[in-house]
Amino acid sequence: MTQHSAWRGPALAAAFPLLALVAWHLATSGRAYSLIPPPYEVGLELWDLAFGGIYDDAFSETLQTHALASMSRAYGGFALAAAVALPLGMLIGRVEVIRTMLDPTLQLLRPVPVTAWLPLAMIVFGLGPRSAFFLVFLGAFYPVLINTIFGVRSVEPRLFEAAAMLGLSPSASFTKVVLPASLPSIFTGLRLGLGLSWVVIVVGEMTGVQTGLGAIIMEARQLSRTDIVICGMAVIGVLGFASDKLIMLLGQWLLRWSPQHG
Amino acid sequence: MNRTSMVEPILDVKNVTKRFAFNNETVTALANANLRIEKGEFVCLIGPSGCGKSTLLRMVAGFETASEGDLLMWAKPVQGPGPDRGMVFQDYGLFPWLTVARNIGFGPAARGRPTREVRATEKRFVEMVGLTRFADAYPHQLSGGMKQRVAIARVLANEAEVVLMDEPFGALDAMTRERLQAELLEIWEAQKLTVLFVTHAIEEAIVLADRVVVMSPGPGRIVADERIDIPRPRDPTSPEFNALRRRLSSLLAGHH
Repeated sequence: MTQHSAWRGPALAAAFPLLALVAWHLATSGRAYSLIPPPYEVGLELWDLAFGGIYDDAFSETLQTHALASMSRAYGGFALAAAVALPLGMLIGRVEVIRTMLDPTLQLLRPVPVTAWLPLAMIVFGLGPRSAFFLVFLGAFYPVLINTIFGVRSVEPRLFEAAAMLGLSPSASFTKVVLPASLPSIFTGLRLGLGLSWVVIVVGEMTGVQTGLGAIIMEARQLSRTDIVICGMAVIGVLGFASDKLIMLLGQWLLRWSPQHG
Repeated sequence: MNRTSMVEPILDVKNVTKRFAFNNETVTALANANLRIEKGEFVCLIGPSGCGKSTLLRMVAGFETASEGDLLMWAKPVQGPGPDRGMVFQDYGLFPWLTVARNIGFGPAARGRPTREVRATEKRFVEMVGLTRFADAYPHQLSGGMKQRVAIARVLANEAEVVLMDEPFGALDAMTRERLQAELLEIWEAQKLTVLFVTHAIEEAIVLADRVVVMSPGPGRIVADERIDIPRPRDPTSPEFNALRRRLSSLLAGHH
């Protein structure tokens, strides 16, 4: 290991966005008809969205409401996806009859993008949060499902032999061998699913909901308020990044035994 | 070939044949094997690959069933794997999500022993294999030799009467291998174990075994059963050792 200052990593990681910010500033600042607002205007708008006191328009001080609405949909849709995909994936992975019955259908439905489900979702669930919730659920569902199936199917046969010769009953092997052995894949699925639930949040909130970061992005777009669009993007990025960090910390603790994670 | 003995054998392999289906053909992995092992014996199975030594071991373990013949432990047919026959694999087969101590306590816990007793057993066997400092380490943090010590300890902690070992030291470096051979002999003597040990290394077989069972491929079969009477620890440079090495080499080469 070479010696590096503790600041080297963060400094390198910050250098690129700072450069991008400078380039953005140089390209947009002082031009009267720029369609993209310069960074400091976006910064001001972000402050106004969060705390008000600058423009005091219809958007002022609404950021928290929108962020909370999006978070509840992203986490709620993700939680529901995990609650369905985890047990279903374990069944498909371990029970041959269920695999033969469900796997082809699921594989067929999987390539259909979440965006394509939008019109149907709005017919079935109506305009509003239930459709948004369903679309986020759909986005998070497949990565959790696919990785769970993969995890429970790819347990090393040797571990079943070891458990059997140590006297573990076959009925206990699911909780004592299959589950812990597949935890790394399951965790990968959960992480991807949570990430995707943030990715699809904008599509989910195109269903006519009043609040949510996706909703204000769509509304601001119609009003040509590109500064608000960029603010919404930035907040989604930060929230998605933060929730990924959280789930990574959880994973590092749960998978501290795994050389690839711990 | 076999010593005739009045003592009831702990393991009795009677006319065992194993056939596999392979690409629409039937391959005989083991033909008509007979082997009696008494309690406390250390028996090595030796032979080139394809001689059926691992197949025989896996049938005794209960991982495979015989196509013909009987496999008996204490006169009862072997039916599937069980804690009375502990297996030590070449690739360790440790549970990566469990610490050293919990790996060792896996068997007793799986068999429903009370937690306090399991913890005491873990402690005792962690000490026995000299891994006290690593009791809370995970398998990926251990060297190969340490992993194999855990694999041996978990079988002993489970009160296995017969220890089946499938080339357990084959993946280790020479120095670690020698040390583990010596430790295994110590444990075997102290615990009065019965060991069935598969290897392809002649020297390892002579260092360890009371009896060396020589096997040959095409089809797999037992061709000789040699008793080794050299007192332990055995010196690989002694004339008796060399004489045995030559004899086993020629048996393995088929000049018998």
